[in-house]
Amino acid sequence: MTARNTYKRPMTGWYKRLPFYTRYLWREATCFAVIAYALVLLTGLWRYTQGAEAFNAWRAALSSPLSLVLHVAILAGFVFHSWTWFEVMPKTIPFVRMGDKRVPDDVIVRSGVMAALAATVVVLGLAYWALK
Amino acid sequence: MSTPMNAPKRANKPPFWALFGAGGMVSALIGPALVLITGFLVPLGLGFSPQAMDYAQVQVLMGSVLFKLALVAVIGLFLFHGMHRLYHTLHDFGLHITPAIKALCHGLAALGTLVAIVLVFSAR
Repeated sequence: MTARNTYKRPMTGWYKRLPFYTRYLWREATCFAVIAYALVLLTGLWRYTQGAEAFNAWRAALSSPLSLVLHVAILAGFVFHSWTWFEVMPKTIPFVRMGDKRVPDDVIVRSGVMAALAATVVVLGLAYWALK
Repeated sequence: MSTPMNAPKRANKPPFWALFGAGGMVSALIGPALVLITGFLVPLGLGFSPQAMDYAQVQVLMGSVLFKLALVAVIGLFLFHGMHRLYHTLHDFGLHITPAIKALCHGLAALGTLVAIVLVFSAR
């Protein structure tokens, strides 16, 4: 049997073809920030189970230059994730109706971003209250 | 209701997409604040005392079941969200997605979540 030799459109470097693709890829790349931060927390939890000395060493390592640089990248990833998450929300949730009118896309996006800002204030407040 | 013999095989997509969505929503809402606190404000002592988030203080927090559940939820949902997105991005880079790769991505997220559950409930 002869092997089929159909034309396959080359896809190498596809993300450089359009700015839209590049932005899409950066959006998808935020998964590394989310995974990395989950692992930072998981490490802290693991160190906690090993006792005071181990946990305080993890806590001290958070202020090392390496950790700070890593967290700059993680924070950038999270902020971009947050922004793009609400940016696509009009497409990812079912139509929202108010009365007999559909809620416009930009209202949905703005509500999402406002909710994230409000949640940020709440979490910061809770942290100040719990950690002083 | 009994399942008919010729019932269609159920797709496993919905639960994974739900975990991706839940993780995406939680991380979009509170993720930046959490990173800001544990990555910058507490380590640099900006607005927090140098003793903030030390062992003694976290011990108090870990005394609350609610805090333990929240911690497991954040770690687990972030992992499921991130690994699901990574799995789709691998395909965008021309990697042929086999069931094994899918199982590996979701399996690692599940493993991390399981480790978090075991650790959080073995912690005093």
